[in-house]
Amino acid sequence: MNENLTAMAIVLGIMHSGIRLATPYLYASLGEMFGQRSGVLNLGVEGIMLVGSFFGFYVVFETGNPWLGFAAAAFVGALMGLLMAVVSVTFKAEQGISGIGLSLFGLGVSSLLFKTMLGSVEGVEGFSELKFCFSSIGIDSTFCLSEVPVAGEIVFSHSVMTYIAYALVPIAAYVLGRTTWGLRIKAVGQNPEAADSLGVSVNLVRYITVIVGGLMAGIAGASLSISLLGVFQENLTNGIGFIAVALVYFGGWSPWGVMAGALLFSTVSSMQLWGQVLNLPIPSDVAVMLPYVLTIVALALPIRRAAQPAALTKPFTRGEN
Amino acid sequence: MRRIKFYRLLDGLVPFIAVAAALAVGAIILLLQDTNPLTAYEAMFKGAFTNKNGLADTLVKATPLLLVALGVAIAFRGGVINIGAEGQLIMGALLTTYLGVELGDSLPGPLVILVCLLGGALMGGAWAALPGYLKAKMGVNEILSTIMMNQIAIQIGFFLLRGPMIDPAELAAGTGIPHSARLPNTTDLPRFTDIAGWLGLSKSAEEMGLSGFAAEVYGLLVEPTRLHSGLIIAAILAVLVYIFLWRTTIGYRIRAVGQNQAASRYAGINVSRYIILSMTLGGVFAGLAGSIEILGLHHRMFEPTAVSAGYGFSGIVVALFGFLHPLTIIPSALLFAGLLVGGDKMQRAVQVPQVLITVILGLVVLFVVSADILVRRRATRRVSVDEPSPPGPDPGADTGTGPGAGPGTGTTAEAIS
Amino acid sequence: MSEDNLLPSGLPRIESLEMRGIVKRFPGVLANDHVDFDVKAGEIHALLGENGAGKSTLMKVLYGLYQPEEGEILLNGEVIQTHSPTDSIAHGIGMIHQHFMLVDNLSVAQNVALGLKSTREPRLDLDVVSKRIVDLAEKYGLQVDPRAIISKLAVGERQRVEIVKALYRGAALLVLDEPTAVLTPQEVDDIFVIFRQMARDGHALIFISHKLDEIIDLTDRVTVLRDGRAIGTRPTAGVTKRHLANMMVGREVLLERVRVEREVGEVRLQMKGVTAINEDDKQVLKGIDFEVRSGEIVAVAGVSGNGQRQLAECIAGLFPVKDGQIKLEDKDVTNLPTAVILAAGLSYIPEERMHDGVIKNFSVAENLVLHDHVNKPYSNGLFLNFKNIDNHAQEMIADFDIKTPSKDTPIKNLSGGNIQKLILARELSRRPRVLIAAQPTRGVDIGATEYIHNQLLLQRAEGLATLLISEDLDEVQALSDRIVVMYGGEIMGIVNSNEASIEELGLMMAGESLEKVRAKTAEEMTAANNQPE
Repeated sequence: MNENLTAMAIVLGIMHSGIRLATPYLYASLGEMFGQRSGVLNLGVEGIMLVGSFFGFYVVFETGNPWLGFAAAAFVGALMGLLMAVVSVTFKAEQGISGIGLSLFGLGVSSLLFKTMLGSVEGVEGFSELKFCFSSIGIDSTFCLSEVPVAGEIVFSHSVMTYIAYALVPIAAYVLGRTTWGLRIKAVGQNPEAADSLGVSVNLVRYITVIVGGLMAGIAGASLSISLLGVFQENLTNGIGFIAVALVYFGGWSPWGVMAGALLFSTVSSMQLWGQVLNLPIPSDVAVMLPYVLTIVALALPIRRAAQPAALTKPFTRGEN
Repeated sequence: MRRIKFYRLLDGLVPFIAVAAALAVGAIILLLQDTNPLTAYEAMFKGAFTNKNGLADTLVKATPLLLVALGVAIAFRGGVINIGAEGQLIMGALLTTYLGVELGDSLPGPLVILVCLLGGALMGGAWAALPGYLKAKMGVNEILSTIMMNQIAIQIGFFLLRGPMIDPAELAAGTGIPHSARLPNTTDLPRFTDIAGWLGLSKSAEEMGLSGFAAEVYGLLVEPTRLHSGLIIAAILAVLVYIFLWRTTIGYRIRAVGQNQAASRYAGINVSRYIILSMTLGGVFAGLAGSIEILGLHHRMFEPTAVSAGYGFSGIVVALFGFLHPLTIIPSALLFAGLLVGGDKMQRAVQVPQVLITVILGLVVLFVVSADILVRRRATRRVSVDEPSPPGPDPGADTGTGPGAGPGTGTTAEAIS
Repeated sequence: MSEDNLLPSGLPRIESLEMRGIVKRFPGVLANDHVDFDVKAGEIHALLGENGAGKSTLMKVLYGLYQPEEGEILLNGEVIQTHSPTDSIAHGIGMIHQHFMLVDNLSVAQNVALGLKSTREPRLDLDVVSKRIVDLAEKYGLQVDPRAIISKLAVGERQRVEIVKALYRGAALLVLDEPTAVLTPQEVDDIFVIFRQMARDGHALIFISHKLDEIIDLTDRVTVLRDGRAIGTRPTAGVTKRHLANMMVGREVLLERVRVEREVGEVRLQMKGVTAINEDDKQVLKGIDFEVRSGEIVAVAGVSGNGQRQLAECIAGLFPVKDGQIKLEDKDVTNLPTAVILAAGLSYIPEERMHDGVIKNFSVAENLVLHDHVNKPYSNGLFLNFKNIDNHAQEMIADFDIKTPSKDTPIKNLSGGNIQKLILARELSRRPRVLIAAQPTRGVDIGATEYIHNQLLLQRAEGLATLLISEDLDEVQALSDRIVVMYGGEIMGIVNSNEASIEELGLMMAGESLEKVRAKTAEEMTAANNQPE
């Protein structure tokens, strides 16, 4: 009987972690998805996340206010998104390489600022977990949704940033599928000449999606340093940004697909973490490898390749066909 | 005519302008840190280029940079973007270490060195062949797959170094630091000072009556420094790569596939095969770099990311800066090696963290690829039939007589899945 | 003619549009040289010229895609600015592009709504859009389903979507850029009915074309452009095809080409029951049977998209053959690697020459050995022999009159016609046994076209077996000995070129088999004979 309970606790723990750990992937991937749908591949997400995670952390460290931290991260992320937009859309640079350059830049800047402004690893407190507690007037006890067995622990006890991340999925789907903006984004990514011939400004649409993508990558980074880990160190993300880009491919460029991919990925990661805690016989080094192997396998699957925006990585110039 | 010459000049200057611009941004950052940029940059330059140990460090760093960049350049010319040099280098270093430790005592030194070098190179090639295959047959984006392979290689490295390949001395001492045993001395690549000894030169610079910079250079080549013959191997290979790409049929095909997959198919070239080959060659050079780092410099394997030291990424910068052409990559490698070594010296001199160099590297990449627009705009000018012929080939073209063009948007865009 | 000067779409007419003194330059090229052009309501005005004459450029200036260096545009007498397509659309100018501007994975309604303000901003109002589409389509006699996804529509249907898209935005003047390029003769007749009605309703139409027959059939006036200049404007009723052709080219043009009847030799290429399917499991070739002999030119006619490209690619080993057999002389080459088939004696001039035929950044010399660089004398298997490669290049440049500054010039700096000549030089100098030439003169100026036709006939005289794939029925009739008509991946019929009439060819191109077509003709003749006087 006791063993069953422990197994149950482990499964619940994995699921809770899985949902929680998906948060940075969700922000970063959804943002990247918009950019890619409009035809721009931004591999600088890794660098933007690092810069966002540092700035977010630093502002919370100085002010104690997580909202300010996330705002700062969003702002800085948008700036870096703007830089990427200028390089990719206006200068029409090779998008894969410029993304790597931006990531290097972001790694350097975040590490440099960390060393000079903070110096050592400290902790901050992010948002506390929401408990969804209600108390009725007059009655003494409070009822918390998070204390509902099973469901409570998995679904109802995450931080507000996590809830926002998941809420963004249907919002993104709505924007993409049911608004004039979404229509323009899709058209620009699939046939920019056609969109241009109808008066849609291809470059403006791409600027906006890339800047928004940067903003969300900044928040993603901050969610890592402020909410999930509560610390910052050099190269905190260690590849999460690149995985987030890969998740867009894996998710077939759709918000729900991206969410499925993020959940799958983070659940595997969380299983690996729990595996270490439980001293399972798998060497930790091998377990850490799993998410990366999984990503390669996911990339190799032939599903949904047809959904790739036809103009992805191709800069647009009027008159050049 | 003058306009053409002007653009050709501009073309050639672009990387330098990019570096200057990146250094300017770096200067701004230094100013924000209350540091005098001139002092900092002076410390950098002096540290890297004016004394024999600095020069030795620079040349020692230039070796893996040159090799990685050669591999990256071949891959780019074949239309594949190899970001996996870090992992390929690590895998090559791991196999070299294993072979060196196992065989070093039982076989003659030069033979072991040869086996290790070949093994490291092939291992790196194998590590790159998988992403190459995935790209060729399944259209998988090679940037993403090679980045993943990097991470996997790092983990494999840790696993082996904590387990089967750990230094027995560590086990005995119970400290558990993840590094291998020291390779037998017979496997050390000869250093320049060793070669000088064989040639009969053993006097020091002082004894020779030299002073100033000449003394430093003499000391570099003759006195005991870290400078090892891996540099010679790398330089020879650079020349061979040039011959390979522009003077052989295989090189022709690699370049054709990199420029235009469709036309290559129509010409009967097996595009898949050459994509895989380009990627594999990229890995071969990175693996060789790892091998040489072990045999020439470290003589044991330790923390994987410390061995690869970011060469997988800085090698890309070196390749881009060097016009993706093996001969111009040589000075490019020297420059960036100097930057890396200088960064360390600068940190000691003005207490600005070395990671500033990473910032500068990232900016150089951004600026170089942004400036590409100038190159491409000019390069698509049509020649009117009645114009007098411009002198010589267009430098934006992929002919072997001038510096080659970077992967154009069209072709590398095709190369990205 | 409507009484109240309104169009069926409910919007006002454009009475007159005038382009005055338009100058447009590109690096190295003067595309429009002080061009004057005007069109009135109710008129169909043709803009005629060879490729590169400046027609598309002029219209792109009108549509706001290009900005002219000099000149002005007057709408109903007032100067207007067209800085972008939005401006032009606002003025009532609509463009039906030659290459349709449709997003293929979206629906008709989505394509029409793209870029427009919704009645429920920011939410889309596709239901409102769809209803208006259906209304408009009815008024103009066009069949369009708003929910259809573009990728599932046939070419003719997509064109109708383009027209509705323009009308939806209130186009009073429509620019039609080579609208018949992808249509069968019957589809051309159908769409001309629509165009004439639109003109009667008060629209002004500009008809860009290089097809003299169509211009004479449809239009009221014709303006000829040549090398960027407007040569002259005439009422269509007062000109002959010959007159127009001469204006177009600037000299006397032989519209007839003389082809000598010849003896044919042994079978060089044989297709037996060849079937192929594409990645969507659609049959693109169904049981193809025919042969090509030494000394003959067999043309494959038919509107693009009916399997012609797959046919050529199957022969060259670039597309998988599912069933059947392809033989090159005696050798079975079905599904062999391309390099082997090329070595066995096939030469292939692909349709998209810049994309598939040459490597832009390689030099002229390097491109000339694209296929044979592994063979002697250009290499010894591993090392390239530059001396021989360069000599070969010099020879080809001289023999085929390829205009290039040097053999080391990157090929992207050459004009289209010279690139085509280079490809021809490369393929013919290999002494092939069989040549496939796909759309060899598409987009090529008339001088180079003549040259290429002469070369093909010369090679025919020397015994080459040629498979010519062409959409240009004039070219097909002029050059070929026999004509194979393809539709939907099948052969509708094989006829001798001196026996086939345009009408029969058109019917076959539209899907009627030869037997049916001949039967119909026989019926009609019998019916005519049985008519009482």
